[in-house]
Amino acid sequence: MAQDDGIYYRQGLPVPETPEPGGEADFWKTTEIVGKRVARVDGYERLSGAAVYPSDIKLPNMIYGAILRCPHPHARIRKLNTDPARKKPGVRAVISGDAPEAKGLQWKYDDYAAPLFDPHCRFEGEVVAAVAADTRYQAWDAVRAIKVEYEVLPHVSDHDQALDDKAPKVHENGNLVGSDEYTRGDADKGLASADAVVEQTYQTPCELHTPMELHGCVANWDGDRLTIWESSQGVYAVQSRISEVLDMPLSKVRVIGHYMGGGFGSKLQPGKYTVLAALLARKTARPVKMILTREETYLCVGNRPASTMRLKAGVKKNGTLTGLDFQCTGPSGAYPAGGTSLVDWQIRDLYQCDNVRCSSKDVYMHAGPARPFRAPGHPQGSWALEQMMDDLAEKIGMDPVELRLKNIPEVSQARGNIPYTTTGLRQCIEKGAEQFGWKAAVKKAREHNRSNPAVKRGVGMGACVWIVGGGGPPATVAIKLFRDGSVNLNMGASDIGTGTKTVMALVAAEELGVRPEVIQIEHADTGTTQYATPSGGSKTVPTESPTVRNAAIDVKRQVLEMAAEDLEVPAADLVYQGAEVVSRSNSEKRIRVTEVSRLKKRGVVMGVGYRGPNPEGKSVNPFGAQFCELEVNTGTGEVKILRFLGAHDSGRVLDRLTYDNQVFGGIVMGIGLGLTEFRQLDAKNTGKLCNRNWHDYKLPTALDVPADMESLPIEIDDPEANNTGAKGLGEPVTIPTAAAIANALYMATGVRFTRAPVNPIEIRRHL
Amino acid sequence: MGSDDQGNHDAGRSGFTRRGFIQIMGTGAVSASLAGAAIAARSKPVPPEKVMDAENTVKIRLHVNGAQHAVLVEPRWTLLYVLREAFGMTGTKEGCSRGECGACTVLIDDIPRYACMTLAVEAEGRRITTLEGLMSGEQLGPVQNAFLEEDAYQCGYCTPGQIMAVEGLLRNNPAPNLDEIRTGVSGNLCRCGAYTHIFRAAQKAADLKKR
Ligand code: FES
Ligand code: FES
Repeated sequence: MAQDDGIYYRQGLPVPETPEPGGEADFWKTTEIVGKRVARVDGYERLSGAAVYPSDIKLPNMIYGAILRCPHPHARIRKLNTDPARKKPGVRAVISGDAPEAKGLQWKYDDYAAPLFDPHCRFEGEVVAAVAADTRYQAWDAVRAIKVEYEVLPHVSDHDQALDDKAPKVHENGNLVGSDEYTRGDADKGLASADAVVEQTYQTPCELHTPMELHGCVANWDGDRLTIWESSQGVYAVQSRISEVLDMPLSKVRVIGHYMGGGFGSKLQPGKYTVLAALLARKTARPVKMILTREETYLCVGNRPASTMRLKAGVKKNGTLTGLDFQCTGPSGAYPAGGTSLVDWQIRDLYQCDNVRCSSKDVYMHAGPARPFRAPGHPQGSWALEQMMDDLAEKIGMDPVELRLKNIPEVSQARGNIPYTTTGLRQCIEKGAEQFGWKAAVKKAREHNRSNPAVKRGVGMGACVWIVGGGGPPATVAIKLFRDGSVNLNMGASDIGTGTKTVMALVAAEELGVRPEVIQIEHADTGTTQYATPSGGSKTVPTESPTVRNAAIDVKRQVLEMAAEDLEVPAADLVYQGAEVVSRSNSEKRIRVTEVSRLKKRGVVMGVGYRGPNPEGKSVNPFGAQFCELEVNTGTGEVKILRFLGAHDSGRVLDRLTYDNQVFGGIVMGIGLGLTEFRQLDAKNTGKLCNRNWHDYKLPTALDVPADMESLPIEIDDPEANNTGAKGLGEPVTIPTAAAIANALYMATGVRFTRAPVNPIEIRRHL
Repeated sequence: MGSDDQGNHDAGRSGFTRRGFIQIMGTGAVSASLAGAAIAARSKPVPPEKVMDAENTVKIRLHVNGAQHAVLVEPRWTLLYVLREAFGMTGTKEGCSRGECGACTVLIDDIPRYACMTLAVEAEGRRITTLEGLMSGEQLGPVQNAFLEEDAYQCGYCTPGQIMAVEGLLRNNPAPNLDEIRTGVSGNLCRCGAYTHIFRAAQKAADLKKR
């Protein structure tokens, strides 16, 4: 047993054994601190205001940037006169397409390269010019003074019409970005063999990320070195894009993003605004702060594309799914951006079915390009599939929970039947239903509805799989153990609000036997921290946590070697016990870590951890099931969600407090997709965005979400996934929410709402 | 601004322009803005013909977290802009600048207000409390502690506003029930969706404050 070393070490903590050099870390059978409810390590900063987000930065001599954007969905710039802007008070620089600093610069959408300033504007919000001035107000005065003559061109702003012959072409070779086909077995035969077949069209709206912190950055030049503070999910991703656009060595572009106010996929990459800030900063030789307005974030920093889906499904009386036939159209927007990306994944992989056919068409239209949005494609596909499952269940007179349990696959069918390392789908549905009190709730709702004509009740559920969520290489983490026992953890990953820093501190604390509070974290800085891929795809925890553990193990290995010299025994005989190193053969031989001579002399031991490969021939995936109960006022169409339960298998829970928070947050976002959010384009007339602010585009508020939310982690040991056994969480938690609501609405009203969002207008239309 | 500043302004152009309107709002009898609703009558309004150019600054005194700050502002600058960009304070955030999200919530005379919907000149003479003002020295205040313990935030960007909304609620109603809490923070969006934890934190904060 380790002794308490006072300040830094935790008393009596058994620390996991260090493996032999090169050996694999043992899977934690029990944990001391990992999995507990631990408050965030950076809570003080975030709650006191001490945390400096990129939008908070104020540098000496700093000026402000603003961008003039095309007000039309499709136009060509005929004449551009920036002179009036230059004459406005406080203006320091103006740049547009003909400025020498913009010559030859390109911006890439997937593999499509376009000029940074493109006189052919293909979406409302495309960049036309940029200015920098002493205050933000002056910058906007200058933007408004710029004179532009546009030739307004015909537009297409409805993805269902984009492939019509008459539709204006977004790009010369037409409006099809690409199509995708998938088949397994024979869907037609499968459907023909069914006892019941249902065919239905489903639609989901275009949803906008609108994270609370606006997109933006501060850019500053120091000689030939550029520093960018970007509100970002991945500083290395920003560095790589900016160095490519500006043709600079990576080492000369430093990107910092210590704090950031939410991204949900829209901040996995920088924007043109980042480049413009850098150009204006170079031109003026002053730091430039470029923070977009809320309206701009509605136009040009991505979205979850709308979808139109058709699903035909067949089922036997005994509940066996015999065939799934799925088609989908969705828009990338004005440039290639994955308009239908992963929409069909639930259909391909969630339930056991031998006969599946999926086809999707990604189209161009004149609107801002999409970006990944929390579980790209998945909530859309789930909206179709999970409602379909309920319809099928009704057709054969089976409980919807029962039908799903009949169709649990043991392997990943869409990957050629390779096994999952673990799948908790069955437990999520079974245990979730039990905890929710599914059967009783169904009964109660039905009884309630018999006697209440005005306010109806319903319960509904949905399940999900997330395509990735196992993480993987590359990732590097460095941990420094100082001679006083305190620890510095250095990683490149961003903490996007998911609690990454906290979770990593817990992992390091568990392995090293120190208190999490003594771990100082340096992160999200390409100049000073280790390489990491952006925080997205629910992969940060399964990628970084094993890497952190490996770095801690490397520290321990080195300390053992050093202690071996002091104790004059072989390192292999020694065990690391938090505050102390002890000999296995002779427990008299022990030394405090802080007394190890070489550590005292060197001052610090640095361990480096790398993320190892994922298991071969197996797939690592998180699963989940959600359940909800709601009330519908049939007179007003108002929906009141009474409670929600999320049962999720994301492997080992590393911090229960932040874990639950993620589950609830995902559900809130799903409520938005199901009930309130949609982008409204004026497709028939101007093609412009009608709802470009939080007043007209409604997010769920404190009054729209239930206070009664429950999180039920389904923890299954998964030593094959990685050495902490954690899988991703942030995305699966928003996949089945909207569909679960739709299923509950069906029970309440008898109406199958196939078009999201189901707002009061939509409900009244059908009642 | 006080009436003693009026002589400093250039008469500028005449007529009832948007800037003139702002000028009236700034010194005006009644503010129409949501956040400014409680800001009552001020000193004499400037007649419309004395319209000031926006870029002309006026000197005002703001009373923030117990300290007086003299600052030169353009009449159109919001309180939010002055707190963040002039003073460099990081405890008041900007999410929309148009009264929709509550990230900029501060207390003005103990009542939660959107700092983006309040002109700096309107706030003169009022008691402004920001997140920084809830700290006691280096220690988090009770509402902040409750947010820490209940993990009532994710990215933390709406959080200062949520905390100020809860603080304002509790100053007015020390023992709110769940419905009152929900209404109290209903003007504060949280895109991360931490609402459930925010409700719990507000309840805990009420308890902590009673001790
Ligand atoms: S910034 Fe003031 S309400 Fe959004
Ligand atoms: S914590 Fe991110 S917006 Fe509320």
